[in-house]
Amino acid sequence: MRNAFADEMTRICAANQRPVLLSGDIGNKLFDKLKAAAPDQFLNCGLAEANMIGVAAGLAMSGFRPFAYTIVPFITTRVLEQIRVDLCYHNVPATVVGVGGGLSYAALGPTHHALEDIAFLRVLPNMSVLCPGDALEVRACLKAAMLHDGPLYIRLGKKGEPVVHQSEPVVGIGGSLTVRRGSDCTILAVGNLLPEAMRAAELLAEQKVDTTVVSLVSVKPLDGEMLERNFASRKLVVSLEEHSVAGGAGSAILEWISDHNPSAMAKFMRIATPDAFYTQSGKQSYARQQLGLDSISVARKIADRLGRKLAA
Amino acid sequence: MNMTQIEQIARELRGTVIELTHQAKPAHLASALSCIDILAVLYWSVLNIDPAKPLAEDRDRFILSKGHAALALYSVLAKRGFCSNEILQTFNNNGGKLAEHPGPQCIPGVEAATGSLGHGLPIGNGLALASRLSGRNNRVFVLLSDGECNEGSVWEAAMFAGKQKLSNLCAIVDFNKWQATGRSQEILALDPLPDKWQAFGWETVRLDGHDVRKLDATLADMPRGSGKPLAIIADTIKGKGVSFMEDDNNWHYRVPTAEEVVAAKRELGLV
Repeated sequence: MRNAFADEMTRICAANQRPVLLSGDIGNKLFDKLKAAAPDQFLNCGLAEANMIGVAAGLAMSGFRPFAYTIVPFITTRVLEQIRVDLCYHNVPATVVGVGGGLSYAALGPTHHALEDIAFLRVLPNMSVLCPGDALEVRACLKAAMLHDGPLYIRLGKKGEPVVHQSEPVVGIGGSLTVRRGSDCTILAVGNLLPEAMRAAELLAEQKVDTTVVSLVSVKPLDGEMLERNFASRKLVVSLEEHSVAGGAGSAILEWISDHNPSAMAKFMRIATPDAFYTQSGKQSYARQQLGLDSISVARKIADRLGRKLAA
Repeated sequence: MNMTQIEQIARELRGTVIELTHQAKPAHLASALSCIDILAVLYWSVLNIDPAKPLAEDRDRFILSKGHAALALYSVLAKRGFCSNEILQTFNNNGGKLAEHPGPQCIPGVEAATGSLGHGLPIGNGLALASRLSGRNNRVFVLLSDGECNEGSVWEAAMFAGKQKLSNLCAIVDFNKWQATGRSQEILALDPLPDKWQAFGWETVRLDGHDVRKLDATLADMPRGSGKPLAIIADTIKGKGVSFMEDDNNWHYRVPTAEEVVAAKRELGLV
């Protein structure tokens, strides 16, 4: 996702003078092409993220379209007040881009984990939240950002994730993408767990569980029509996110159920990380297994809930 | 407009701020009084602005980063013709537009919502940078309090402006030596304040923040050719203009009685 982000930003900046990429001193060499193509539209703001968000606000107030980029915790919770006041209160078209969503940087420890960011950002007035599920969705989200007139948060994974889509989809604020269709249950996959959801659906198919997979690209606002459709026609709807169970996309869907469709509660299940710091060392794939977010664990939880047995 | 006229405007603005504080009972009267002369010079002599075109692209920008002095800004904008006196009189009323800290474009002329300290200078950096990227020559002025210089984001912003050589940016510190609960030098070690700004890459000028002639001479020739952002450390007196309020930090929160309003206006030559 990271390379797609840099490449798409290069295209966007080369074609238009309004976007400006602000970086919090990360991405060594990642933006070399952008810097060559549009040298005035890249600014390393240093390890000074509070200032960077204010700079984004001032640029956006003056007609530019800033994208402020660094690792998720440092561009979200560290500067939550700057995002709230400078971007959201002023309601300016500035995009906050976090790299390392969820446990992308599992090995770096909890300072670099991103398991609370959706919760914090989605409650801010005027803010929209997009979680692209693969590199092609990243490109679509950046195009959507250029057309959006308010503050936006885009949560990236890292680099090298599997690409799920065959071609670049069209999706924007309030949108979702159905990437696999099945009649028994639906997995609403958030961001970088989309590939795990696809593999879980394959495992479930072996047990004759026919699974829809939706990439829940827009966590705020939610795609209400899509939720209505899936709750109306499936036995089970599952949210799957590499984010705390407290306040994330699953919580947002619980709010939607409470407000719009209370009878859907019995059909809903959340799969998320616990409300705890994850303190073991090791890779993201290992962390996912420990926390039950890998495809086998996900498929097993869904099969259990549907009263099926998954092959060992 | 000559400086004698601006001094008279500043006296009248002080009278308005004192009356409205009595009427609407907000805190921060003394904080508003300490920056009145700076605002008067900016709005009647320095800023390239037009109340008829409050969103003109090439206008100079002013951000009141010490948003708790909102009443000073509202009084200035009303007197300068950005909004009516009727709107000004609704300050702090139920259902009105003018809260104790300014909201985004709550009235024409308010460039940024402030109130939480340490936000104005980073936003000012963005505005100054946008001016440079657009090839416009507009200038950006940000007024901070000395207490506000406790905030880390001020120094992040100072480093950025120094590095980017934002010579169209001016930070003015209303250095009245007080913050909410005590002397600013005692709460955190601010001194030597001008040296700190200089060390961050700014051209630094220290002056009397109530001397409208010195303020005008320094602010009017921005950018000054140094190629650096300009920091003005303006020595001011909290509660300036009213003998029984000056340098008395109780007036950070106190509201004047009707009798005190009359006494203050008498001192200001307004009755």
